[in-house]
Amino acid sequence: MNNLLAILRRELVGYFQTPVAYVFIMIFLLLSGALSFYLGNFYEREQADLGAFFTFHPWLYLFLVPAISMRLWAEERKTGSIELLITLPVTVFEAVLGKFLAAWIFTGIALLLTFPIWLTVNYLGDPDNGIILGAYFGSFLMAGGFMAIGACISATTRNQVVAFILSLVTCFLFLLSGFPLVLDFFQLWLPQPVVDTIASLSFLTHFSSINKGVIDLRDLSYFVILIAAWLYANMIVVRARKAA
Amino acid sequence: MSGSVVVENLVKIYGDLHAVDDLSFEVGPGEVLGFLGPNGAGKSTTMKMITGFLPPTSGRVSVCGHPVATKPQEAKKCLGYLPEGAPAYSEMTPWQFLNFVADIRRPENRRGRLDWVIGQLGLEPVLHRPVDTLSKGYRRRVGLAQAMLHDPRVLIMDEPTDGLDPNQKRQVRDFINEMAHDKTIIISTHILEEVEAICTRAIIVSEGKILVDEPPGELRCRSRYYNAVTIQAQLKESVRAALGELEDVAVVEPERNQGLTLIPRPGCMLEDAVRDVLLRHNLKEVPLHIQAGRLDDVFHTLTHNVHE
Repeated sequence: MNNLLAILRRELVGYFQTPVAYVFIMIFLLLSGALSFYLGNFYEREQADLGAFFTFHPWLYLFLVPAISMRLWAEERKTGSIELLITLPVTVFEAVLGKFLAAWIFTGIALLLTFPIWLTVNYLGDPDNGIILGAYFGSFLMAGGFMAIGACISATTRNQVVAFILSLVTCFLFLLSGFPLVLDFFQLWLPQPVVDTIASLSFLTHFSSINKGVIDLRDLSYFVILIAAWLYANMIVVRARKAA
Repeated sequence: MSGSVVVENLVKIYGDLHAVDDLSFEVGPGEVLGFLGPNGAGKSTTMKMITGFLPPTSGRVSVCGHPVATKPQEAKKCLGYLPEGAPAYSEMTPWQFLNFVADIRRPENRRGRLDWVIGQLGLEPVLHRPVDTLSKGYRRRVGLAQAMLHDPRVLIMDEPTDGLDPNQKRQVRDFINEMAHDKTIIISTHILEEVEAICTRAIIVSEGKILVDEPPGELRCRSRYYNAVTIQAQLKESVRAALGELEDVAVVEPERNQGLTLIPRPGCMLEDAVRDVLLRHNLKEVPLHIQAGRLDDVFHTLTHNVHE
């Protein structure tokens, strides 16, 4: 537990020692604001909710989360510091979880800093804050899902650009797996039950119900299982490829 | 368990390549083992397996009695490791980095240990500068500080002086010598003078196999230059001929300035015979230099033959 916290703290402090943290937070805040006001028609909807804000989160995460996750392991492998980390008396589990949690908490901080939009909507009208809280929670969970995918893929390469692009594509497939773009491709050659399974893996379907304020156990467990599965894969990749 | 580090029949295979091929040795406290070999001989791979970074294809390693394969945490706790090139987290300062390592190593008397390694390695001037702005020498010292922080019983260093200037090399060697009396130390290097300067024992590996395992002094004796006699003076042709005809001389090699080196047949001493010849030619004053053997020559002979 101490090891986990030490790794988590080191990573998290690391973000704020480089421009990464500030650039990421600035871009996230600017984009999430601009998208909800211009594309989401925040005012024109004349509704006291944050639907216009949360709708764009999956698309923001699609680009921004891989930008954070790409360095998690690829950089360690490139500089050789992975050799140092693994030969300290820590387990691979502690290293994988510590790094993931640090990155996830970091996106959580960025997400929390969007609070002015919540203040705005409360100033302008009388929204259901329970729904907003649930949507924040759902958005955070979804960010964790993207992050777990990105962390695992980052461990497969020592090149951060490769990690970024592969993560982006994989996240994109997960995001849209419930949509014709992806399903039509599988429909051609896979039996229907498998196609249905793929459809049920979509981030968007699970997120949209949370976004509406319905926190269903199935949606929650979907993200939790997804994160756990990708982190488990991450551990396998680190064990197998740490020196390659 | 006699040795602190016990390596038994260690094998690492990458595809078709036998990077490490059935290596066995033991190292105990007070020993400084120099791991020598050409690049790609399997030195780093062996060290990575001892420290638990790489799993061996077969064979066993134990550190302080803990098998690395089954009790990696216990084994890692009693060793300090300086990986090749001394990697560190570049955006951190040495102070933050050492504190991170201390968070995980949790040495007794944490503050005292931190002060000690920082003082020993002279890190005060750079303590609060990011590692990637430091010179190579300082980075290496940060790596050493990290490895020494918990006062480990076993210290493993992969090319600790590689890329340092002569003064920095000397500092690192002095530091290792100071540590040596009660610790088990394994260093890899391809700098032969280093073996003489700090090691009590040398293992030469090539293509994953141990070629020689003995003290550096004995290693020297394997050199064909061991007990060779060098004369740095202009000699007349007749004297040269007389020297060359001595029974125990195997080879005569010319030196610069018309001097020469006489290489003895194995096991023979030349000094007296050479003095006799010089005396007969009234060359009493000519200085003789008896060679102690050249490590680079031994190294070359041993590792070169493998390829032929």
